[in-house]
Amino acid sequence: MPPKGRIEVKEIICKGCGLCVDACPQHVIILAEDRINAKGYHPAELSLDGCTGCGICAIICPEAAITVYRQVAPAKENQ
Amino acid sequence: MDLPIQEQVVYEHPVALLDVSTHYCPGCTHGVAHRLVAEVIDEMNLQSKTIGVASVGCSGFIYNYFDVDFVVAAHGRAPAMATGIKRCLPDRFVFTYQGDGDLASIGMAEIVHAATRGENISVIFMNNANYGMTGGQMAPTTLPGQKTTSSQTGRDVEQQGFPIRVSEMLAKLDGASYVVRRSLHDPKNIRQAKKAIRIAFETQLRGLGFSMVELLSVCPTNWNLTPVDSMKWLEDHMVPYYPLGDYKVHPAVAEMRI
Repeated sequence: MPPKGRIEVKEIICKGCGLCVDACPQHVIILAEDRINAKGYHPAELSLDGCTGCGICAIICPEAAITVYRQVAPAKENQ
Repeated sequence: MDLPIQEQVVYEHPVALLDVSTHYCPGCTHGVAHRLVAEVIDEMNLQSKTIGVASVGCSGFIYNYFDVDFVVAAHGRAPAMATGIKRCLPDRFVFTYQGDGDLASIGMAEIVHAATRGENISVIFMNNANYGMTGGQMAPTTLPGQKTTSSQTGRDVEQQGFPIRVSEMLAKLDGASYVVRRSLHDPKNIRQAKKAIRIAFETQLRGLGFSMVELLSVCPTNWNLTPVDSMKWLEDHMVPYYPLGDYKVHPAVAEMRI
């Protein structure tokens, strides 16, 4: 099972350039169509389950607006 | 039994980069380059002894975005200013951050002489094939046939000459220790660019002389393309003309273990 992850986008910094949307290997990032930030851009957001926490969106993000988290597998009971 | 979900942070904002909004256009790779420089400064724990030298151009406001000391040089003169700072304060880490209009045009003399003297400084050279800040005019690095606001039918090499390949030129100088070209158009190349910046900074810290990383960059606004299309344009047009690679790696640099 692939690891689970999530991203947090600092919406006030995001400029809606869409590079993360294009780069995401799981295609789970979209630009939010229902809202704009203080600068008038549609910020990026996670749209679907399926983020693996690979960090590729953060590597391409020109604004360093994305923080990436990945779940750590819980320790097995017999260990 | 439900265990609390534990998470590890895969990526977070570098400490050396201030948490502010930049003035760059959406999709501009200046932001990527800033982030890579800040990440390398964090990794090498250089924040308290770094002095950056900003140039003139879009990156002239770089001092607003970094949590390190900065000075701004006259147009093109960043390598000369960095020379003075490094010679007066040899224990500091000094890097310049210059665009192609600054470094390859008005500042060509300074960069060539800093390289041939083997000054112990690092240079980040952003090459986006036009003058970004002033509205997309033709630069020394504009590709043949590329349309800009001052070459509206495309750069005519009979009239305006050929683009300058700065990395290849500086690599011929004996004083240069580490001269490479990288691109910022996809995650793989961005990772490689970060490694090159790390080696360039290590070159300076170990006193091995002049290091420069040329980063092929996009300018979506002045190329009249979307950010995603401009990345594609960079890959299709600029990378063939400006081949990526290591143009000068001094044996002492190649032996470094990081």
